[in-house]
Amino acid sequence: MLNVPIRMVLLLSVLAAQALGSPMLKHTYRPPNHETPIEDFNQVFTPADKFFVRYHLSYIPKIVLKDWRLTVGGEAAGKSVTFTAAQLKHDFKQIEIVALAFCSGNRRGLVQPHVAGVQWGYGAMGNARWRGVRLKDVLARAGLKPEAIEVVLDGADGPVNEKTPDYQKSIPLSKALDDDTIIALEMNGKPLSQNQGFPARLVVPGWTATYWVKHLITIDAVSKPFQGFWMKTAYRIPKGKFPALEGHWTSQETATNTPITEIAVSSLITHIQPDRHEHVLVGHPVQIKGLAWDGGHGIAKVETSSDGGKSWHLAALGKDYGRYSWRQFTYEFTPEQPGPFSIMTRATNTAGMTQPTELVPNPGGYHHNLVQSVQLTADASGAHE
Amino acid sequence: MNKLILLLALTLTGAQADESHFRLKEATGKNLVSTKCITCHSLDYISMNANILDRKGWETEVGKMIKAMGANINTDEAAAIVDYLSKNYGRSEGAH
Repeated sequence: MLNVPIRMVLLLSVLAAQALGSPMLKHTYRPPNHETPIEDFNQVFTPADKFFVRYHLSYIPKIVLKDWRLTVGGEAAGKSVTFTAAQLKHDFKQIEIVALAFCSGNRRGLVQPHVAGVQWGYGAMGNARWRGVRLKDVLARAGLKPEAIEVVLDGADGPVNEKTPDYQKSIPLSKALDDDTIIALEMNGKPLSQNQGFPARLVVPGWTATYWVKHLITIDAVSKPFQGFWMKTAYRIPKGKFPALEGHWTSQETATNTPITEIAVSSLITHIQPDRHEHVLVGHPVQIKGLAWDGGHGIAKVETSSDGGKSWHLAALGKDYGRYSWRQFTYEFTPEQPGPFSIMTRATNTAGMTQPTELVPNPGGYHHNLVQSVQLTADASGAHE
Repeated sequence: MNKLILLLALTLTGAQADESHFRLKEATGKNLVSTKCITCHSLDYISMNANILDRKGWETEVGKMIKAMGANINTDEAAAIVDYLSKNYGRSEGAH
């Protein structure tokens, strides 16, 4: 039998969980891979404790800020320089940008036939205000040689087995020198949380979060294509299957595949659960709320259909927080007949890319951006009154 | 104390506690799987892919752990692990 103090703790934890909404969906514990519940997407900025967590490797140190150093150098840099967090905050221009962190494998669990890997649903993404310093300003202190072609990023986390490849990523020089690529030390006005990469992570707006290396400690400019496992083997899409999203990253392309880079245009209905088959009333307005996003061109329009895709109507777009942020949308309609029906949403970006109705199969289960269809039933008015 | 609340509380704290709530099915090969796989990751990686991977899929995954991730598993052990995983956590033939 439980004693009273333990009961009290249990009761308080239930109350706390209710106050905070649904708990994160924990796919795995070690390393942690946690997904945001859909109801937590009804806000522009995803709180740190509701932000998806993705790790590949199980050694995840707790970094003490005063001991942390960021080393910037590499064989294609003029010299090696080291910075403390205080130096990054005081010696560089501070940049804040709203950007969507989007896991390459988001929605992999919805891919049919199933693909191996973390079986993410809709929630391996989050939007936040990231604040830090430009990667290009930091690289300038080390000085780049003309032969530099990629920048390699390494975090303090790593494998528990020394034979396992460390999680290291590279980005092409053009992306490293982009004004919008930053080393973030803050998220939503607070220091990065442990799970979001304390004390520093790379933010590569518009690109999938595989490049947003956490617990950043080393940045190396290199003159040859980086050969690490997480670049050469993992996070690849077949060439030719996603022509609009291919980055033509020549130093990393092979004859058959290329690294995943840009986030595909997509949308999500956020206040109706996709699998709950909720009921509404004939003659009563129903408000559809959701989010739309892409890889940084910006959302041009979101269309909504309540008749299985026969007719489409423009949804109202919410405030624009910049082209790398997701965009809220709303659409109101009134069901006129009783019976089951579906609500669909389709986003189009300013480059004209839109969401497909058929999946493009690929080994990683990436770029699942199908038009979403949510089933509802309209009940005759008065049935519940 | 309300039994429902107690149940909720236990579920919640269980979910927050650690990885130990997941138990592998009892069958030949279980001990090998628990010793080898948990070196690098929690066993919920197995349940997450249960009924998704068939024998060939589990072979590929175990092969990846050895070749790409450097898991210390010899050929005989690999065969026993694949056998355990496909028998206990494999997708039945023909199903997706």
